[in-house]
Amino acid sequence: MLSIRDLQVTVDDKQILKGLNLQIKAGEVHAIMGPNGSGKSTTGYALAGKPGYEVIGGEVEFLGKNLLELDAEERAREGLFLAFQYPVEIPGVSNMEFLKASVDAQREHHGLEPLDAVSFMKKARDICKVVGLDQSFLKRGVNEGFSGGEKKRNEIMQMMLLEPKLAILDETDSGLDIDALQIVANGVNALRSPERSFIVVTHYQRLLDYIVPDYVHVLAGGRIIKSGDKSLALELEEKGYGWIENEVA
Amino acid sequence: MSQFLEQLASLRAGGPAWLQAVHDAGAAILRDAAWPTRKTESWKYTSLRPLEHINFLAERGHAINADLSQHFAIANFDAYRLVFVNGVFSANLSDLQGLPAGVELIRFADANASQQELLVKYLNSVVEADCHLFAAVNQQLIEDGVFLHVGKNIELNKPVQIVWLSSAQEKPFHIPQRFLLLAENHSSVILVEQFVSTADSQNSFTHGVTELCLQDGARCEHYRIHLEEQSAVHVGGVYASLAANSYLDSFHLGLGGPLKRVDVVINHNGPGADCQLNGVYLPQGNQQIDYHTTIEHRVPNCTTQEVFRGIVADNAKAVFNGRIHIHPQAQKTRAELSNKNLLLSDKAEVNTKPELEIYADDVQCAHGATVARMDENALHYFLMRGISRKEAEVMLSFGFINELIGQLKQEALTDYLRPVLTHWFGRETSLVDELAAAE
Ligand SMILES: Nc1ncnc2c1ncn2[C@@H]1O[C@H](COP(=O)(O)OP(=O)(O)OP(=O)(O)O)[C@@H](O)[C@H]1O
Ligand SMILES: [Mg+2]
Repeated sequence: MLSIRDLQVTVDDKQILKGLNLQIKAGEVHAIMGPNGSGKSTTGYALAGKPGYEVIGGEVEFLGKNLLELDAEERAREGLFLAFQYPVEIPGVSNMEFLKASVDAQREHHGLEPLDAVSFMKKARDICKVVGLDQSFLKRGVNEGFSGGEKKRNEIMQMMLLEPKLAILDETDSGLDIDALQIVANGVNALRSPERSFIVVTHYQRLLDYIVPDYVHVLAGGRIIKSGDKSLALELEEKGYGWIENEVA
Repeated sequence: MSQFLEQLASLRAGGPAWLQAVHDAGAAILRDAAWPTRKTESWKYTSLRPLEHINFLAERGHAINADLSQHFAIANFDAYRLVFVNGVFSANLSDLQGLPAGVELIRFADANASQQELLVKYLNSVVEADCHLFAAVNQQLIEDGVFLHVGKNIELNKPVQIVWLSSAQEKPFHIPQRFLLLAENHSSVILVEQFVSTADSQNSFTHGVTELCLQDGARCEHYRIHLEEQSAVHVGGVYASLAANSYLDSFHLGLGGPLKRVDVVINHNGPGADCQLNGVYLPQGNQQIDYHTTIEHRVPNCTTQEVFRGIVADNAKAVFNGRIHIHPQAQKTRAELSNKNLLLSDKAEVNTKPELEIYADDVQCAHGATVARMDENALHYFLMRGISRKEAEVMLSFGFINELIGQLKQEALTDYLRPVLTHWFGRETSLVDELAAAE
């Protein structure tokens, strides 16, 4: 599904990723943990193709294609989805308009007609229920005045509508209440399938009780410095990151 | 003296006999008038070149015989309607049936003796033609116009829609547009002034004056919508007088043109008057547009809320000048002015200038003007959801003015404007409309 080799990324001429390696097969869930500022969000942005994140070295293959050759919008249409750590507020553009435009862009890319408005609305309403957002959120401006938790649910709603092949969830659990955490996890678990993979960035082992990962990686200083199974997350929860950093050094 | 003014001096307008005195007064003002240059403060950023280079004054408009209703029809908007085609009244396209007693909606040409009396009394009672050159031009040239008189305590049951439609003629021509509203005490009226054109390349110059006289406690919702095609020239103004406790809600929308200038002057003449003034301007290509608004707070306890937003694309140029003048007697005034601009290209230009002149001490006054480019971060969010840059720019631009369009009190007008703007923004169909229909 995704193969990252020696990825090096700079932002504003500052190197953040310094040789990141990661292999993800279809159907797998990978958790990425790591200290603040270690480059987790940068990894997500670089994979999603956010302008300004310059790849200065390495290779990324996504579903057999050279990901780095694609524009951000092409990556999304190919099935790569990034749930933002800090979703952007867009006053004046209604949530449903935004959602429909993204769904239609993806469909067009795959040679499909735009979804008719009635089917779209039905689908959007159903997903609203699943993520626990009132229907009125469809009419509001994208993330405009949403609470932190509502923004995260809105990201999950987008994910569920777009049904990506690879979803990267950047701290989608931060700022969520217990119920919301469960909702997000249900959303992810509902989408889990042998064809779909997830990268779950989190600081808390708690989320991984709900979304059980196949692998856990520790990202520090722009590299993955340790990988293991879900027990690694428990160990990290207990001991922090210091011991690995020492081990590596 | 400019060629324009020189030519004007030799023109004699027709129309009903009682208008003669009006023409003469206009001509008298123009005899001493100077043609604006770049040094004239109120014309500093807007070029009058189209009027200097094209001879519009030699011809007037002619009526044309065709079904033009598609150019101004507003769905689900039942209104009393007057339509002027190239400045010539079209009875076919108009509909004044069922006008209630106590309401007069007439053309100047049809005014009876008592209506003439009112017209002579109230025409030019609000606009200061000696300060607004093109109001004087209009005054000298009008042959017809519309007079709406709403009697005391009458709430007009349907909106009034006045359409000024232009089409291309063989030679450039001019259209004098004129409107007078007299809303007596505690009356209420909804008014739409709509400027549209056929799709061909236009060669008209419209000069217009709208005067709104709101007497004590009168209420008026006013929409002035400029959707003329690209090459039409327009220099016009709206001049309002608000008596005690009256309320004016005036909304403006303007696409650009080679020369498009709208002056809005609102006079708070009676205590307790309240005014909401909103506007949107959208020049693109090589167009320009210029809104000059002036609010005169002459008496105590009045309020003004003014919000204008503009999106300037390509090489276009916008001017917004928002003046609020609070006279020494106007204590307890509350006035707010906001102007926000979005530039869609490096060559787009906006000159925005809020001007506050405050001579009273017990007032609350705020103003702000911003000029911004497209928010890159927001744009990236769209891209990362698979939406193309072009589509994202359209959606974001639309979002920028959506608030103002979306909050119109007449939903039919919101519905009318959305697809028009979608078209302007170059989108095939409007997602908003499609989704609204699905609900
Ligand atoms: N535009 C920028 N200019 C300079 N440094 C930047 C820029 N953007 C990000 N960085 C730096 O890159 C580093 C990695 O940031 P990133 O957001 O990827 O961290 P993170 O692992 O997601 O952290 P957190 O756990 O706090 O979300 C940080 O030190 C950050 O300050
Ligand atoms: Mg982060």
